[in-house]
Amino acid sequence: MNQDDILLEVRGLRASVESKEILKGIDLTVRPGEVHAIMGPNGSGKSTLSEVLAGDPAFTVTGGSVRFHGIDLLSLSPEDRSHEGLFLSFQYPVEIPGVSMVNFMRAAVNAKRKYFNEPPLTAAEFLKMMRAKREVVELDNKLASRSVNEGFSGGEKKRNEIFQMAVLEPRLSILDETDSGLDIDALRVVAGGVNKLKTDRNATIVITHYQRLLDYIRPDFVHVLYKGRIVRTGGPELALELEERGYDWIKQEIDAGESAI
Amino acid sequence: MSASVKQYTDLYEANRDKFGDRDEALKALSGAMLPDLFAPDYGLNVGRVRIPVDVAESFRCDVPTVSTLMGLVLNDTFVPSTTLAGRLPEGVVFGPLSECMDRLPEMIDPTELTALNDLLLQDGVIVYVPDGVRLHKPLQLVNIFSAPVDLMAVRRLVVILGENACARMLVCDHTQDDLRKYLSLEVVQISLARGSHFDLVNVEEASPLTGRRLEMRARLAADSSLAVTMAHLGGGDSAADIRVHLDGHGSEARVNGMIIAGGESRVANATTVWHHGERTRSEQLFKYVADGAAICDFRGRIVVDEAARFTEAYQNNRNLLASDRAAIHTEPTLEIYCDDVKCSHGAATGQLDTEALFYMRSRGIPEEQARHMLMEAFMADVIDGVSVDGLPDRLRLLVERRFNGVDSAVCANCVPNNDLSTPNCDHV
Repeated sequence: MNQDDILLEVRGLRASVESKEILKGIDLTVRPGEVHAIMGPNGSGKSTLSEVLAGDPAFTVTGGSVRFHGIDLLSLSPEDRSHEGLFLSFQYPVEIPGVSMVNFMRAAVNAKRKYFNEPPLTAAEFLKMMRAKREVVELDNKLASRSVNEGFSGGEKKRNEIFQMAVLEPRLSILDETDSGLDIDALRVVAGGVNKLKTDRNATIVITHYQRLLDYIRPDFVHVLYKGRIVRTGGPELALELEERGYDWIKQEIDAGESAI
Repeated sequence: MSASVKQYTDLYEANRDKFGDRDEALKALSGAMLPDLFAPDYGLNVGRVRIPVDVAESFRCDVPTVSTLMGLVLNDTFVPSTTLAGRLPEGVVFGPLSECMDRLPEMIDPTELTALNDLLLQDGVIVYVPDGVRLHKPLQLVNIFSAPVDLMAVRRLVVILGENACARMLVCDHTQDDLRKYLSLEVVQISLARGSHFDLVNVEEASPLTGRRLEMRARLAADSSLAVTMAHLGGGDSAADIRVHLDGHGSEARVNGMIIAGGESRVANATTVWHHGERTRSEQLFKYVADGAAICDFRGRIVVDEAARFTEAYQNNRNLLASDRAAIHTEPTLEIYCDDVKCSHGAATGQLDTEALFYMRSRGIPEEQARHMLMEAFMADVIDGVSVDGLPDRLRLLVERRFNGVDSAVCANCVPNNDLSTPNCDHV
C-alpha cells in the first residue's frame, strides 16, 4: 500500500491528564473511504483519543506520533488541525451564549479560507452555503439565528454537529458518541447525514459504546479500546459479538493476560 | 485621597472675578483631600481662551449627523452643531449651561468632587424637555479633549424632564490625541418628573492619558424611569460614582455597565440606588473584562428605606479576568430596612470558558479570535439592554473593534445610524 493512501497513522500514542495516563500506546491506521468504529467499555479512553487527536489542551501527549495525510498532526494547533481537515463531533457540544450560529460558522469558514489564501465568502455566498448544508441534517432554520447550541435539545445539538461537519467538509471526521441521547428518529437523521457526506476520499471514525449506531453507519473495521490500548480489531461482526456478549469477556481476557505477566 | 485641594482653591481665589461668588463650594472644600489623580497641575482654561480647533475637521463622524441632535463639548465649552439649530421641538433646550449658571439644581449627595466642580464650573450643558414632550430623535453629546497643553475640564450635564416627557441621550467621551494629559471632572444631574423617561448611554473611549471622575446624581418622581448604560472602551484612570434616588412611588431605574479595560488602566464604578418610594424597581448589571494589567473596581449598593414597600431591586456583577496581571475588586451590598421586598445581588469573577474556547478552535476559529468572540458574547446582555434603536449594533461594532485592536482615540463610529430617526418612546 502506497504511503499516500494513508489518511491517519497513529503510532504508540500516549496521553495523560493531570499526570494520569489515559492512552497507553494507541496504534491505528485509517485510509480514505474507510469507516472505523472504536468501541469499548466506559473509561477505556475513547473520548480521550478523540480529544487528543483534535488537540484539546487539557491533555498532554507523552509519547508516540500521529501523521495526518503526511503532516505531523501533534505539532498543529487545534484550529490548524481543523483547517487540514480533521473534524471532531463532540459528545457534549458546548453551549456558547451570546455567539450566534451564523457568526460562529462564518468565522470558522472564513478562517479556513484564509488558511488556504482564499478570500472570505460574501454574505450571499455564505448564506447560500448555509442553506444547502442545513438540508443535509434537516436542521431548522430558526436554530441558525440562535446562540451556538444554547437551548438546543440533545438531538438538535447532534444535528448541529453534523451540520458543521457538512460545512467544513473534513477529510477525517471523528464522531464521539454521536448516538448518545438520541431517539431513534434523530439517530436516523444524524446517521443519514453522515452517510450523505461520505465519499471515497474522506474517512470516519465512529466512537460508540453501543452497536445501534453501527446499524446505520456501517463500519469497515471495529476496534476495541480498553485501558488505553486497542486490544482487538475486527470487521463489523466484532461489533455484533460485543452487542451480544458485552465487554466482560474481553476485559477478562486482557486482565488475565496482564496478571500472567 | 491624598492630593491637596489647595492648588484649586488658590486658583479660584486668584480668579474670583471670573468665577464669581462660590463661597459655599469653597467652604465645603476646606481641608478636603482629593484623589491622587488631582495632584498634578493640569491647566484650566480659566480665561476662556479659544482653543483653535476646527471641529468639523478634527471630529468627523462617518455617519451623517442628521441621525441625532448633536452638541459638542470641546474641552469644557459647549459648541452646538449646525444641525441643532431649529431642529429641537418647541420648548426643548439643549444648550450651554453658562446662560443659566445662577439657576443650577441643588446638588444631592455632595462630595469633595461635586464641590470642586461647583467651585470651578464655567460652562456645561443643559437638557430640558417640557411636560408631555417626547423627543423622537436621540440627543447626542460628544465630550472631546483637544488642546495644545495638558488640560483639565470641569464639565456638567444637567438633565431636567417634565411630566411624561421622554428623551434619549448618547454621551461620548473622547480624546483627540494620545500626547496630552487630560482630566475630566464631570457632574451629571438628572431630574425626572412624574411619568417621564430618560435613557442615557455613555460611551467612553478616551486615551490612556485621560483621567476622569464622574459624579452622577439622579432623582426620580413617581412612575418615572431611568435607564443608564455606562460603556467603557478605553481611558486611563476613570471612576464613576452613580447615585440614584427612587423618590416617587412606582419609579424605576436600570443602571448597567460594560467595561473593557486593558493596559494600565484603572476603571471604577460605584453605584447606589436608594428606594424611597413604594413599588419602586431597580436593576443593575455591571460586566467587566479586565485584560493586561488593568485594575477594576465595582462597588454596588442598594438601600431600601423602611417606607419603600414592595420594592424590587436586583444587582448583578459579572467579571472576566483575561490576563493574570489584571485585577477586579467587587463589593456588592444590600441594605434593607423594609420587610416586604424582593432583592438579590450577586458577583462572580472568572475566566474564559476553556471548553467553549476549545470547541471554537476545533472548528478552525483561531484562538485569539475565539477569545474575542467569547468576550464580546460576554457583553451581549448589556448591549442588548440598550433600548436606543440602532445603538446596540453600533456598540457591538465598537466592542469588536476594541477587541481587535482597531482602537483610536477618536471613535468615528460612535454615532448611531439613520435608523435612529424611528420613534422609540412607546415602551415607556
